[in-house]
Amino acid sequence: MTQAPDLSSVSVGDVVAEATFPLTRDSLVRYAGASGDFNPIHYRDDVAASVGLPGVLAHGMLTMGLAVQPVVAWAGDPARVVDYQVRFTRPVVVDPETGALVTVVAKVGQLDADARTARIDLTASAAGQTVLGKAQAQVDLAR
Amino acid sequence: MAVNPEIQGRVFPPTAPYLVGREKVREFSRAVFATDPINLDAEAARAAGHADVVAPPTFAVVVQEAALAQLLAEPGTGIDFSRVVHGDQRFSFTRAIVAGDELTATLTVAAVKSLGAHSMVTAQTSIVDSEGAHVVTATSTLVVRGDE
Repeated sequence: MTQAPDLSSVSVGDVVAEATFPLTRDSLVRYAGASGDFNPIHYRDDVAASVGLPGVLAHGMLTMGLAVQPVVAWAGDPARVVDYQVRFTRPVVVDPETGALVTVVAKVGQLDADARTARIDLTASAAGQTVLGKAQAQVDLAR
Repeated sequence: MAVNPEIQGRVFPPTAPYLVGREKVREFSRAVFATDPINLDAEAARAAGHADVVAPPTFAVVVQEAALAQLLAEPGTGIDFSRVVHGDQRFSFTRAIVAGDELTATLTVAAVKSLGAHSMVTAQTSIVDSEGAHVVTATSTLVVRGDE
């Protein structure tokens, strides 16, 4: 097994991981292909504009998918994420030229050092605003 | 048209089995910026005790999709897909998805609620392996915007 972090050395409120993800239109096309979600609001400006959106948006599931990656890196194994939930509160607009930056900060929300489980609370933001609400990953480091 | 409240409790038939391919897991991993070798390299995954590459947590959405498509295609639900916004999403795992799994998804409409002109439909999709053992439950809340 991959080495798991030692929970006796962390406390509630500690930041355990942080990362910034540069999204481009290419990222959205790649996610569309990988996930099978070909809704054109994620790659066509004309379609996005026709339904009143401020621009082409990242798939919410792409934002959810990347936001948990710092937790996976900290936990040492993707299989240790046993529960993961988010609320989609604001869209991430991806500019055709400059893209978008999504920043993720992962903090310990709850801790059970004996059971080796923790709830990690995520803050994901783009353009200075949070884009996910109640983003929580439950990790089981005994796995 | 409002969402038909009678769809609450409705259980759809299981989807056709989805065979999780190693290259699909690798492709999905790259798309969500997953860099852990356990997601990408079968040898690294085996060394960590897994049968093959492990899918990122949100890969379950790909399997859930076929079940959601059943709900959206069903006549009489009152769910107009052009008015649907993904409100929230949750995955609760019994175990991680690995390449080689053959997964079947069964969707239950867990709740239908109205919130002013909008409706909220909670779809709970239970995903099991070829032995019928639970792997993950994917829960989506769809917000169906009403006329304002």
